[in-house]
Amino acid sequence: MKKLGLDVGSTTLKCVVLDENNTILFTTYARHLSKILPQTAQLLREIAAKFPGETMSVSVAGSAGMGMANAFSLPFIQEVYATRLAVAQLAPQTDVVIELGGEDAKILFLTNGVEVRMNGTCAGGTGAFIDQMASLMDVTPEDLNTLASQHEKIYTIASRCGVFAKSDIQPLLNQGARREDIAASIFYAVVNQTISGLAQGREIAGNILYLGGPLTFLPQLRSSFDDVLHVHGYCPEYSLYYVALGAAYAADTQGFDLETLASQILDYTPKDAYAGCARLFSNEKEYAAFRKSHDQASKGIREIDAPEGSMFLGIDVGSTTVKLLLCDHEGNIFRPFYSSNHANPVPIVRKYLEKLYQDFPDIHIAACAVTGYGEEIIRCAFHVDFGIVETIAHYTAAKKFRPDVDFILDIGGQDIKCFQIKNGAIDNIFLNEACSSGCGSFLQTFAAALGYDIETFSKLGLFAEKPVDLGSRCTVFMNSSVKQAQKDGADVGSISAGLSISVVKNALYKVIRCGDAATLGKHIVVQGGTFLNDAVLRAFEQEIGREVIRPRYAAVMGAYGAALYAMEHCANQEQRSSLLDAQALRNFRHETHAFTCSGCNNHCRLTLNTFGGKDRYIAGNRCDKPLKLPQARETFNLVAYKNSLLAKFKENKKIPGRPTIGLPMGLNFYELLPFWYTFFDTLGFNVAVSPTSSRKLYLAGQSTIPSDTVCYPAKLMHGHIQALLDENVDAIFYPDMSYNIDEHLGDQHFNCPVVAYYPQVIRANMRALKQTVFICDFISLHARRHFPIRCKQILDSYFPKRPLKEIQKAARAAYAAYDAYLADVRRTGAQYLTIATQKHLPVIVLAGRPYHIDPEINHGIDELLCQLGAVVLSEDSVSNQVSRFPVSVRNQWTYHSRLYAAAKFVAEQGPDINLVQLVSFGCGLDAITSDETRSILEKAGKIYTQIKIDEISNMGAIKIRLRSLFSVVEDKSKLSASVSGTIAGQPSLENRISASIPAAML
Amino acid sequence: MPQDFTKEMKKTHTILCPDIFPTHMELLRGIFLMYGYRLDVLHYEGKQVIDTGLKYLHNDICYPAICSLGQQIYALQCGDYDVHKVALIMFQTGGGCRASNYIWLLRRALKNMGLDFVPVISISFSGLEHYSGFHLTPMMLLMGIRALVYGDMLLLLKNQCMPYEKTSGQAQALVQKWIQRLTDQFQHRRGLTNASMRKNLQEMVKEFHQIPKCSRSLIKVGIVGEIYVKYSSFGNNNLEKFLASQGCEYMIPGVLGFLQYCFANMDIDYRYYGGNRLIRTGGHIAEFMARKLEQAMLAALKPYPEFAAPAPFEKLKKLADTVIDRGVKMGEGWLLPGETAELIEKGYTNIICAQPFGCLPNHIVGKGVIRSLRLRYPHANIFPIDYDPGASRVNQENRIKLMLAIAREEQANHEKTRA
Repeated sequence: MKKLGLDVGSTTLKCVVLDENNTILFTTYARHLSKILPQTAQLLREIAAKFPGETMSVSVAGSAGMGMANAFSLPFIQEVYATRLAVAQLAPQTDVVIELGGEDAKILFLTNGVEVRMNGTCAGGTGAFIDQMASLMDVTPEDLNTLASQHEKIYTIASRCGVFAKSDIQPLLNQGARREDIAASIFYAVVNQTISGLAQGREIAGNILYLGGPLTFLPQLRSSFDDVLHVHGYCPEYSLYYVALGAAYAADTQGFDLETLASQILDYTPKDAYAGCARLFSNEKEYAAFRKSHDQASKGIREIDAPEGSMFLGIDVGSTTVKLLLCDHEGNIFRPFYSSNHANPVPIVRKYLEKLYQDFPDIHIAACAVTGYGEEIIRCAFHVDFGIVETIAHYTAAKKFRPDVDFILDIGGQDIKCFQIKNGAIDNIFLNEACSSGCGSFLQTFAAALGYDIETFSKLGLFAEKPVDLGSRCTVFMNSSVKQAQKDGADVGSISAGLSISVVKNALYKVIRCGDAATLGKHIVVQGGTFLNDAVLRAFEQEIGREVIRPRYAAVMGAYGAALYAMEHCANQEQRSSLLDAQALRNFRHETHAFTCSGCNNHCRLTLNTFGGKDRYIAGNRCDKPLKLPQARETFNLVAYKNSLLAKFKENKKIPGRPTIGLPMGLNFYELLPFWYTFFDTLGFNVAVSPTSSRKLYLAGQSTIPSDTVCYPAKLMHGHIQALLDENVDAIFYPDMSYNIDEHLGDQHFNCPVVAYYPQVIRANMRALKQTVFICDFISLHARRHFPIRCKQILDSYFPKRPLKEIQKAARAAYAAYDAYLADVRRTGAQYLTIATQKHLPVIVLAGRPYHIDPEINHGIDELLCQLGAVVLSEDSVSNQVSRFPVSVRNQWTYHSRLYAAAKFVAEQGPDINLVQLVSFGCGLDAITSDETRSILEKAGKIYTQIKIDEISNMGAIKIRLRSLFSVVEDKSKLSASVSGTIAGQPSLENRISASIPAAML
Repeated sequence: MPQDFTKEMKKTHTILCPDIFPTHMELLRGIFLMYGYRLDVLHYEGKQVIDTGLKYLHNDICYPAICSLGQQIYALQCGDYDVHKVALIMFQTGGGCRASNYIWLLRRALKNMGLDFVPVISISFSGLEHYSGFHLTPMMLLMGIRALVYGDMLLLLKNQCMPYEKTSGQAQALVQKWIQRLTDQFQHRRGLTNASMRKNLQEMVKEFHQIPKCSRSLIKVGIVGEIYVKYSSFGNNNLEKFLASQGCEYMIPGVLGFLQYCFANMDIDYRYYGGNRLIRTGGHIAEFMARKLEQAMLAALKPYPEFAAPAPFEKLKKLADTVIDRGVKMGEGWLLPGETAELIEKGYTNIICAQPFGCLPNHIVGKGVIRSLRLRYPHANIFPIDYDPGASRVNQENRIKLMLAIAREEQANHEKTRA
């Protein structure tokens, strides 16, 4: 009897027919666009027609096949297991299989102990991810491959999650990086994701087999794997069909008549009901009324057909779109334009202007302003008068429609932005950081995956009877939820409506984190392209239980705000804007060139944009150095100061005859280096400290990381240990520490579980440690008297015995060094604070953990703050100025107690002193600390700003956020100044800031 | 100040408790009743409970918090209870994991809901709060622990009988019968002395032994992991039921082990960090008493070798030492690798490590030590499974199916070599 193997994957359907001797008779491969059942039935009929009258034994595999197998009592075989069967049959000499599918990634280790790995809850680095990235770059995956083959350099792209990678790629695109390089970087990101996520400390070597769609169709992806793993992998014939083949090999049931089976499948109505939520509209009439009431919102502002008098141009270069428009002195709109930025906004803006000059040669543009991610490049390219923060642009626009607006929600392609407005000033800002779930591009990608354009797709949802309840979660998770709902019989309309609802829920509960939607505000303006989608708008109104205002021009509100801003800030409406005129535009040329900055250890990958051979704009820089500004301003940066203090302990002296002990410079060593260095130095050791963190250092240890969801600072530890191993130190000292120093600020003085016990993970997962002595015993510094006794126990078990007195002496010196270090930090912090008060400079307490001063971890946010004109302090420099106070959480971690104390300190200061909290992605404790820090600050009327950091280095979003913070602080300062009448003659904060932003021109 | 639980409330209020350990909670209810407190174990499940949790707690907080606190908040919202006639209760270890904050998160949620008049009782190792109407006496604590031991025994017996019973449902019925019987005994202040415990445990084992069983060759699965998702069917998407449907016999180590682990840590703290001798002595006494209970359990099981008995705790310590340092005491700490090693040695070589997505201690003691365990036990088939409000059940079950496919192959090979 012939055997049929069916592989129902997350995006494709594959089928194989074998004869009795396992000869392959038939194979087929098709995308199923989530119409799994009808497609399967059709496929079965095709096969039945090919082999008329034959019954076959059937077996089903694949992530989406489980439900089908259950429903039709077909034998199910787990897909990884199926792959294994097929490999044993077809390529038995294989050591490791790497298989990438639509939404899954797998590694099978076949020799020396079989191990199977598959991606868990994260779909980063899979076919879906590559598709997503290709659509972001506006090409097909195959084109991506062609592009990648011509790459010159590789950018670092966060590889954990598609969402993160996206926020890395977007700025690169906006900054004008070469598409070839980005394409290749995407493939390297996939490789890194696969290795860090799945290898989990096991080496990938020997005969490698590449399977699955992406690895079959994209040779560049294969060579990226080869390159990173230093192997020559092999992609066999039938590489798409291994799962289906495995299923077919395993099929040993009685015969099925395929025609009958196909009919059964077509007739099937799913039994499980999916969870639904309230429908959006019950009938056309309700919808019509809804449309009518929203059209009212925009009356008073007309769209004009020809320019009248002085015109003002507004440009908004967002993450995925470009918006442009002009307005007259009354705010009437002319030529609104909205387009996807096709990864390069420059030609789009140029085209718009060319057309404008062509149609209206006499147009008088009095002023123009640009906002958004691409602000700097566009400002430089076209000589735009003003560059403004997005938040200001949106508020300016919203005010036009509702002067008393108190809440603005903008959902764009990739960002969600919310502003709360109090007393005419932006009071609070919420931006989605590292997560773009529920944004416009998500809806779009989903529509495309199901084979619709976005307009049709969202209309389908308007009258769906039972929208799928998808909750408010990560995009990747939403993918599987949708799949589950489809399995349970949800139609496209219900999914469309469900996605619209989830967009809203994400914004409300994940970004704004509001407990009760009713408290948002009374006069809400919603905008952004996503809100032009009536389904989303309706879902939002339903969720908050009140009507909101959606301007007719919701999609171009950023540009409108910029135009209005230009109008308000234009000194003389008769003058002409500095914008390139028709003549200049004709000669416009744009070239890009990538290079690596050698100004400092960061080695930033820079992109040089040249416009018409004259104007140059550099992107990708962390500091001002490559811009070669005439004179560097003096900065007051305590983070840098702390690093310079610690550098003194990194001399790595090598006195002959002494044993060398290695200290890894990560996690709590950032605080304790002075202590341990002095301790071991006094005891007569050479102390070798691992080098400063870098991407390269991280990659060196990447393959030994067992848990890919742990925070980046912990992951870096693997690289530091590896660096010490490479130095051949005699021993590595990395103790476990349940407890931290007790500073009497909290109820307990624990370390977080990761800081406390990471040495255990290192010990268990880094095999190379066998070549040295790894000391990871438990110790604590809080018990000063017990410390030497415990240390003696530990050291005596590794080294020749020494008297307790010697250790006590070293301990005294070590405690003294630690105290001196902390005292120095605090003294200098106090000095900076005095200077700031004298010079009226804004102060930011950059609060996180001690290891957040690592430039590889904070991505130079401290430097950015300095560039923006602020004095930067650290949390530990002010935490001692507050005595213990009650908090509404259990205050049990030393580092976090400092955080609360720092927040309390800031809360008691004037409006120019603010706090920015750094949160490492994956830090579970910060789910608790961030809420508490926020409430301490907000109780005092301060703004809470949180910046999530990970491997990513998307400074664009962070910059917008910080600039917005400064502009709010500015407003507040003004307000309090107007009340008290002080700070006369001081330049305004916003001016100081814009003056300090590198003009981005050389 | 948090709302007090007053003396009057003892009469008027029902204490609401999430179902952390399914069988055990019913027995604890009996103990509370014995001391005059009315305790309701909440069984709310489903998406609306999760959504309630997500709404009032931080989105990134641990999944167990979202489930268990979600149940309590949901209970206050769904209209089943008069909010002026209920109190909430939470059990905590007070360690360095963020779970120590549950009580605070719950109070904050209540405040945000305008329900801060609802008293929240905290039962924690890290120092007790004082309530005028609720006193956790050492005696009540001891009684509670004894009830947990009964729970452990019932769980152990049920799990080892159910897959093999000739008429399905008998083991479950027996569990129900015993819960009823023990609750009745507790009402009359019986069943909790050493002697009566011995008697009850012996009878229990005997009755389970008498359930007619057939011999089957099943895949043996050990479940370890974070304490909530390990036990709670709400937390782990009905893991046990799924395993049963796939033809597995599964073993979940008992709750007593977790308590013993907490007690043992007091001794280790003293050894590593010095400090208060009294605490260490307290830990020793508690360990001693727990050991007595453990011995009673083992003694009752001894005559029936058909039942795989849990290893004595002292052995667990030794096994843990081979994998990890016993200084790791946050979350499940060193207990988790210890239990895993013990299950593997006992023949439960297929291990599901159930953990909440992004659980900090589990980075260390879950995924962090799998490599060490594999080196030590090359035949072990260990799969970490993540649970999260967004994680789809299909994904989880697919992974488990993979584990089972490998297990079946291993079993077949094993039988072949034996033949």
